[in-house]
Amino acid sequence: MAILGALNPMLSVGLDGDKAWRLADYVKRGGYSALRRVLEQKMPQGEVINEVKKSVLRGRGGAGFPTGLKWSFMPRSFPGDKYVVCNSDEGEPGTFKDRDILRYNPHSVIEGMAIAGYAMGAARGYNYIHGEVWELYERFEEALDEARAAGFIGSDLLGSGFSFDLFAHHGYGAYICGEETALLESIEGKKGQPRFKPPFPASFGLYGKPTTINNTETFASIPYIMNMGGEAYLEAGKPNNGGTKLFSVSGHVNRPGNYEIPLGTPFATLLEMAGGMRGGRKLKACIPGGSSAPVVPAATMMNATMDYDGISKAGSMLGSGAVIVMDETTCMVKALERLSFFYYEESCGQCTPCREGTSWLYKVVHRIENGQGRPGDLDLLESVTTNIMGRTICALGDAASMPVQSFIKHYRDEFAYHIEHKKCLVPVDVQRAGSGFFTATV
Amino acid sequence: MEIEIDGKIAQVPDGSTIMDAAQQVGAYIPHFCYHKKLSIAANCRMCLVQVEKAPKPLPACATPVTNGMKVFTHSELAVKAQKGVMEFLLINHPLDCPICDQGGECQLQDLAVGYGGSASRFQEDKRVVFHKDVGPLISMQEMARCIHCTRCVRFGQEIAGVMELGMANRNMHSEITTFVGRSVDSELSGNMIDLCPVGALTSRPFRYSARSWELSRRRSISPHDSIGANLTVQVKNNVVMRVLPRDNEDVNECWISDKERFSYEALNSPARLGRPMIRVDGALREVDWNVALDYVSHALKDIVSNSGAASLAALASPQSTLEELYLLQKLMHGLGSGNVDFRPRRRDFSADGKLGGVPWLGLQLSEIKNLDAVLVVGSFLRKDHPLFAQRLRQLAKKSGKVSLLSSSGDDSLINLHAQLTVSPADLPLALAAVVKAAAQLKNEAVPAGLDSIDPCATSQAIARSLLDGEKRAVFLGNAAEQHPQAAQLHVLAVELARLTGATCGFIGEAANSVGGHLAKALPTALNAYEMFAQPRKAYILLGVEPELDCYDPQQAVAALKGAALVVMLTPFGDGAAQDYADVLLPITPFTETSGSFVNTEGRIQSFTGVVRPLGDARPGWKVLRVLGNLLALAGFDQNSSEQVRDEIVPAGTTFVAGLDNRVSDVPLSLMVTAGELQRIADVPIYFADPLARRASALQKTRDAVAPTARMNAATLARLAVTDGVPVRLRQGNGEAVLTARADETVPAGCVRVAAAHVTTAALGEMFGAINVERA
Repeated sequence: MAILGALNPMLSVGLDGDKAWRLADYVKRGGYSALRRVLEQKMPQGEVINEVKKSVLRGRGGAGFPTGLKWSFMPRSFPGDKYVVCNSDEGEPGTFKDRDILRYNPHSVIEGMAIAGYAMGAARGYNYIHGEVWELYERFEEALDEARAAGFIGSDLLGSGFSFDLFAHHGYGAYICGEETALLESIEGKKGQPRFKPPFPASFGLYGKPTTINNTETFASIPYIMNMGGEAYLEAGKPNNGGTKLFSVSGHVNRPGNYEIPLGTPFATLLEMAGGMRGGRKLKACIPGGSSAPVVPAATMMNATMDYDGISKAGSMLGSGAVIVMDETTCMVKALERLSFFYYEESCGQCTPCREGTSWLYKVVHRIENGQGRPGDLDLLESVTTNIMGRTICALGDAASMPVQSFIKHYRDEFAYHIEHKKCLVPVDVQRAGSGFFTATV
Repeated sequence: MEIEIDGKIAQVPDGSTIMDAAQQVGAYIPHFCYHKKLSIAANCRMCLVQVEKAPKPLPACATPVTNGMKVFTHSELAVKAQKGVMEFLLINHPLDCPICDQGGECQLQDLAVGYGGSASRFQEDKRVVFHKDVGPLISMQEMARCIHCTRCVRFGQEIAGVMELGMANRNMHSEITTFVGRSVDSELSGNMIDLCPVGALTSRPFRYSARSWELSRRRSISPHDSIGANLTVQVKNNVVMRVLPRDNEDVNECWISDKERFSYEALNSPARLGRPMIRVDGALREVDWNVALDYVSHALKDIVSNSGAASLAALASPQSTLEELYLLQKLMHGLGSGNVDFRPRRRDFSADGKLGGVPWLGLQLSEIKNLDAVLVVGSFLRKDHPLFAQRLRQLAKKSGKVSLLSSSGDDSLINLHAQLTVSPADLPLALAAVVKAAAQLKNEAVPAGLDSIDPCATSQAIARSLLDGEKRAVFLGNAAEQHPQAAQLHVLAVELARLTGATCGFIGEAANSVGGHLAKALPTALNAYEMFAQPRKAYILLGVEPELDCYDPQQAVAALKGAALVVMLTPFGDGAAQDYADVLLPITPFTETSGSFVNTEGRIQSFTGVVRPLGDARPGWKVLRVLGNLLALAGFDQNSSEQVRDEIVPAGTTFVAGLDNRVSDVPLSLMVTAGELQRIADVPIYFADPLARRASALQKTRDAVAPTARMNAATLARLAVTDGVPVRLRQGNGEAVLTARADETVPAGCVRVAAAHVTTAALGEMFGAINVERA
């Protein structure tokens, strides 16, 4: 079973069988009917985009940019090649939804991309798949073969005259290749480093041609939108936050996994679906949108709804929908140390503030965690993050800074205790008990 | 577009960046990765500025100007961002400027004064970066100093045409390095040293020999290739310590080749000749100048009166100054001899006297970027003319179609439109095929003599490219000038240019290839080849080393050894001169004399000495002038090199007059190839002239490895030799034993054996028949 739980699901409907990912199964579930209808009716391109606009589908990769609007940026009269690219380089700590879409429902992505290609006049697409989920790359290739054999991709789709070819491309696991322009560089065979924008991919993307890049889940949602109509999709969620979304719940819950819920569902409901807190402990904090989203303390989180605006009101970002739940046994310094290490390790090294700043942040947090903190360290950390934020080529600099800022903002006393007492506010045996890796208390 | 920068209004063209606009209004924005000649990387983030209505500071180098934009380069927001970046740049950078070779000329050091803190908040361990050995020219001993601006990487990719340096790894562990175990071998690599804003890439020969503030900067002109690159020569205690490019957008832009940068080591080498020498009882002995000049003038007079003036000959290097060449020919004509030449590597002189004027490039260097199509005939382009090749590389990258027709398949690192590689003997036929293709495409009568030629698809593609677009050019390279049928190639190129409407030009062999014609250092009797083929009694050699510089060194050395008198005016006293010279007169190289070079576009560039002459060496023009006086010849009363120059070209000339590439009355006669093995001789870049030959660092590069006998697999098989075995090469009476090397870029039936090297000096003609057998 792909998805552990769902409320009014779309993407995860009918994925129970072990052949759910096969073309036959997908077609039985109504798959490729949206593409067929678009092609057979020769639906005007603008109409397809309008439908997506009406659905208020917002990018599921993290930034939450309205998909329809993004599609409308593509120069429709551009004479040369245009591309649609799917970003399946899911690498943010806490996020594991796209891999399940590719594992159980790959044809929804293929259909979504074909419709997108039609709407934007792009004859070629690439799906860039994270290098550490190799079996999904292989599975996607198989799905492509099926779709190609059935005439859903390739030349002259279903006799409509429209051609769309789709290719899978795998990376090697670099987090930065999930940044859309670094992803393009990587497809081009170059080192995965973000490009300076402007120009944006819509005018200068893959191989210098107009390109639209969307997340796997975004593309997977397109067939459902086309089938049910944009308005119905929007109504599944709440205003300005259309549809359902997959949330990857991890951390101190009883049933970590993917859950599909309509946007706007209260966090408390999601937590309940995930089996509640492990060992009945108290929620301490939650990172609601992947590791780069600011951390939210328990009280605020329990009142938040899971949608772009709701999480934003709670002081964080919905991001990719990776919900990291932390209970009262968590040492926030240690948690931040781990996050900072990730961003330090995954900085591409291209631009100065991120290359130098992320290593500095990690070194200082690492020092504090290991009893070497100094009195000025928290101010130093805050100052370094302000020097990184907004000064880098891509958003990784901001992504590395936000956890640091929010952890210090909400748990400053815990950091101060660490610096002053050279040890953690949460006793080590409590931490170990909560980790789940140690059965006996020390 | 109108933009306001710090309150100053600027009008800039569409597509400009804030950095462009700031430079226009004279506002300085600190930067490291930005360079006017390289692509925009926007990675150092030092140029962050405040833009009205933008929530974040924006990088000036990459942000396009929009109409009405208001920019503040020194507002609180901008300076805070710049200082923040500077702090990040310094946290891992060693703060030991006093022991850094870049200290005093370091952009990071300079900007740290304005934007750095007085103490560091970074209390952690600094990054350690392992050093790299990338060859004898660039030192990468202190890579911890690197700030990852990637200027060197972009230079390689974009200007040199080959990515020899790249940034490996990610995050703080990013480091600039070569591909595992490789060295940096580009002939333009030294420019990366200039581009490096910190002390990461430094000049290996110069390293730790002087501080930048101890050096005086003096202007000079490169004496090497025909571009005439503008140089800044840096001097300490009367010694040339370093050579750097001097910006001249129309000539060398802001680059120089490694040959120009590192040849200065020869100026201070022990091989320099400090005192005049005369052969007495078989050995060369040091004498005073007056003794030496007296000896020479008497000896010359004796030979003229006993054997006639025709028994004298003079040969000069095309790297001599205009003034030297002029006085030399004047001396010879004064003595009554017309045996004077400055083209030692030439074989075919049949166009002499039939030229419309002085052969030259046909257009200005700055016009190359506007060409639509170019055909280069007979050139080892990249090694013969690094900066000219660089201009063609940029052209090809833009939209120009660059084709190459030559006897070498070496990678030009240019995105070529078409390439034809044929044996030297087939070169005129191949060019004729392009001419015929052009005539056919234009529906014009095919020139006589080309009837039997059948143009191949590539020649047709070349001809077609030359017929497209506004401006096109056909350039003849060094190998075309040195070719035994050079005049035929010239005639064909002129015909091709006429048919296609292209410009015909010569890239030019050396610094003064145009100047020698202006100085009239040309034969009225025996030319550079004939003066050795018909041995003379006495020779005067000006800056030339015949065993390395002549078309047929075997023949030249034999003639010199048999001569009664060989007078050499040379800066160097080593080498084969010890065997055949009777008098060695120490003249000064370009850094110690004033003079002029006329580059291939006809631009006359005069320069003055930057250091005092070494030992008793004297400027060549002065030596020749005094010799003229001692021989009681008329017209030798100039008191300065400027006076000499003004006799040749009117004062104040920038571009000389009389340039014309037309040729008339040379009948077209194409020869069909004989089946024997032919030699292809390149002149390796660092053996090409006396200075480069003695520059120790250049001699350690991969371009300076000893010559091998390169053949393709079929030729090797025909000769029953294999890659790596020694082979004996024979031309005339001379032979050389070299290692055979398989090289598929060599045309069939040819063996490529470099000229200009001691190991091949015993061989004969550069492009003649050669015998190869297993040694």
